[in-house]
Amino acid sequence: METKDPNKILNDVTSNDYKYGFVTDIETEVIPTGLCENVIRLISQKKGEPDWLLEFRLKAYEHWRTLTMPNWAHLEIPDIDYQAISYYAAPKKKEGPKSLDEVDPELLKTFNKLGISLEEQMKLSGIAVDAVMDSVSVKTTFREKLAELGVIFCSFSEAVKDYPDLVKKYLGSVVSYRDNFFAALNSAVFSDGSFVYIPKGVRCPMELSTYFRINAANTGQFERTLIVADDDSYVSYLEGCTAPMRDENQLHAAIVEIIAHDRAEVKYSTVQNWYPGDKNGKGGIYNFVTKRGICKGDHSKISWTQVETGSAITWKYPSCILAGDNSTGEFYSVAVTNNHQQADTGTKMIHLGKNTKSTIVSKGISAGYSQNSYRGLVKISPKAENARNYTQCDSLLLSSHCGAHTFPYMDIKNDTAIVEHEATTSKINEDQIFYCNQRGIPTEDAVGLIVNGYAKEVMNKLPMEFAVEAQKLLQISLEGSVG
Amino acid sequence: MDIEKQYIELYDQYHSLIDKHASPILNALREKAMSDFREMGFPTPDNEEYKRTNIPALFAPDYGLNLNRVEIPVNPYEVFRCDVPNLSTLLYFVVNDSFYTKDTPKVKLPEGVLIGSLNEIAQTHPDLVQRYYGKQACAEKNGIVALNTAFVQDGFFLYVPKGVIIEKPIQLINILRGNADFMVNRRLLIILEEGAQAHLLVCDHTMDKNKFLASQVTEIYAGKNTVFDYYDIEESSLNTRRVTSTFVSQAENSNVLINGITLHNGITRNDYQMTFVGEHAEARLCGMAIADKKQSVDNHTFIDHAVPNCTSNELFKYVLDDSSTGSFSGRILVREGAQKTSAYQTNRNLCATKEAHMYTKPQLEIYADDVKCSHGATVGQLDENALFYLRSRGIPEAEARMLLMFAFTNDVIENVRMDALKERLRQLVEKRFRGELDKCAGCNICQ
Repeated sequence: METKDPNKILNDVTSNDYKYGFVTDIETEVIPTGLCENVIRLISQKKGEPDWLLEFRLKAYEHWRTLTMPNWAHLEIPDIDYQAISYYAAPKKKEGPKSLDEVDPELLKTFNKLGISLEEQMKLSGIAVDAVMDSVSVKTTFREKLAELGVIFCSFSEAVKDYPDLVKKYLGSVVSYRDNFFAALNSAVFSDGSFVYIPKGVRCPMELSTYFRINAANTGQFERTLIVADDDSYVSYLEGCTAPMRDENQLHAAIVEIIAHDRAEVKYSTVQNWYPGDKNGKGGIYNFVTKRGICKGDHSKISWTQVETGSAITWKYPSCILAGDNSTGEFYSVAVTNNHQQADTGTKMIHLGKNTKSTIVSKGISAGYSQNSYRGLVKISPKAENARNYTQCDSLLLSSHCGAHTFPYMDIKNDTAIVEHEATTSKINEDQIFYCNQRGIPTEDAVGLIVNGYAKEVMNKLPMEFAVEAQKLLQISLEGSVG
Repeated sequence: MDIEKQYIELYDQYHSLIDKHASPILNALREKAMSDFREMGFPTPDNEEYKRTNIPALFAPDYGLNLNRVEIPVNPYEVFRCDVPNLSTLLYFVVNDSFYTKDTPKVKLPEGVLIGSLNEIAQTHPDLVQRYYGKQACAEKNGIVALNTAFVQDGFFLYVPKGVIIEKPIQLINILRGNADFMVNRRLLIILEEGAQAHLLVCDHTMDKNKFLASQVTEIYAGKNTVFDYYDIEESSLNTRRVTSTFVSQAENSNVLINGITLHNGITRNDYQMTFVGEHAEARLCGMAIADKKQSVDNHTFIDHAVPNCTSNELFKYVLDDSSTGSFSGRILVREGAQKTSAYQTNRNLCATKEAHMYTKPQLEIYADDVKCSHGATVGQLDENALFYLRSRGIPEAEARMLLMFAFTNDVIENVRMDALKERLRQLVEKRFRGELDKCAGCNICQ
């Protein structure tokens, strides 16, 4: 049987086009580069924000100025010139679009290219979408239908106008602007994002989804997502992202905050496909995101699922603070790195309440010259009686130049806790490939099969619509990259 | 830098005195080490690798240093019986930081074997010592090693020439003794030439109630086809602070076992760094800690797979009671090109009370693809079902607990490659669990 030369296969894969790498020719309003107090005032003014929000931004900025960029991650990050970034870019619009007809046709084309239809067919797939381009929300679908149930799903700036009390109450309550360097930066300059509020007892009837797209050059994207699930509610939230191919690196520093009250459940899924840079590692997005949820109420649950295939550098730790008794945190992750991509990702599970449970399943796949690290913290506080954690993090190596690393931390301060951690690193078993070959499956298909099987545990956690896309992405990134 | 200052001033004032009582080879590295220390200082808890042991605080108290090599009035044979039943050993002592030269055993060692005071052998065999001393323990990277290198005046030396097998285990007893608070700087240098074999059992004991700070740097060079066992057993006092750095370099086909057992201590920080420089070598690194009261045990391991085809196996177990703290950080690095590496690491911990804290951080850093690496870590309690099973068969709860804890630690003891020592360790562990081993085992001062 004929098997392809491994180098050829690897070449095929690495030269695979990033199909989302187009630039939309849309009029964009970009403010000059640089960051100072005036820029923040300008952003706030452009968005017509109330004073309290401006104050929040300025406080964050003051704090950010005292910080230096952290360097503890297992990443090689070139110096970022924060004064060379424009902190606000928005598709130009005269008035907020009232209906789809008013939305710029170029913009619609963009979203059609991305496979996100904002139009009628959305009704068939039954997903409500909030599309964010260059950090400004351009269109939110299905709002009326959701409003009937009392579900609020809108852009962040609208939320600030329409529901200031809710925003004021929860903004920064999980990720304070003092939390870290990028959280402070985001708090100072965030331009838009999504806001979700699920009222008591409501099970959100459809998946909520946000698509993020960076379009303008020389800009950073700083959006904020705030999800509040009141008692006994449920919501599943999806997030997808793409960006054009550019030679320079662009910064994406977002914040996601989730609050789950008594018996509420929030499922947050991400398929991250920012432009990863070309095969020599030129260009690509720096994805430095702070994501954290708090299980505030008893019996609440937050579940993170992420499929990370894009970005030149991914640096994020979607975390759960398990404050309510009997609350549950979950983290399922597949991180794929190829060429010169770098990823340092994982989770933090902070057990504060009694009988809290957390599960971490992380699958890393590295190919080419990439570096892929899992970093996680499981912390059991002295009051977290009978806490339980299970962690599994596996790494698959597909080339002899890539790296796979695990840095798990376990801080246990309660004797009733049971914490388990397991990790393995290996390459694809030659026996498995041989077995497939022997039964007439070519090597590249066999690798696809094995990788898919390896990631299945996480893929299964994704909502159906996303799972298909994620699987495709995984194939594009890796199919046949081992001979 | 105030804490560093007292050591810098002490050095500036007395370095001629330090030099006077030590051999030129030891003296040769001092100036450089001290300038490194001036630059780096002690690693602080801000440093990720020293988060769990506050090194500057350990060095902060005003300790006395015996720089003038005043003889400590002690006859270790009289006051001490750290014998292992049914195990006859070649017995040596280091009292504080001086090799005890009186009454060294009059046994006939195989030809070429050198065992004794590092300082003396550095004078009689300068070429040999010079070739190895300070080559692994780099003062440039580590403030603790730098300080040790600047102040060290003596220690233990073991040299086994090509093809020589020392059947009898060698036992080194480190005694801490003094009528005031003391800091000791010890150095162990162990060299095994091609095909040599030896076992070394090191026991740390504290004889007085004063505060002690023991800083020990060990360098082990295992040549081609060597077999070397290193057992490091600490039975010190609550007032003892121990900071050790052990460096192992393994050549082709060598087989090294390191077993670090902390039975009783105050605050302990052990660093183990094992590097493979030749292929097909095998390393086994084990450790166990039983801690209660306010004891703290912090083990840091780093295994460097620099070449292909090597195997490493790590196993660390902790039993923590009262408000003791345990910390384990294990890093395995597989460098690019180190194919066919097998590296396994396990860390299991029992926490018996709410106040006992365990921090564990197993890390894998892998840059080669044809490898098999895994690590596992657990923190938990004794299995209730197992406990119930034993109790339903008439075993009292306390006894059942002890049995299970004993079984838990036995895995580490099983790794010992000397039956008599295994037996002895089992007894010590059992005694420890029964609470009888509040003080060090064999000495009649505390009895």
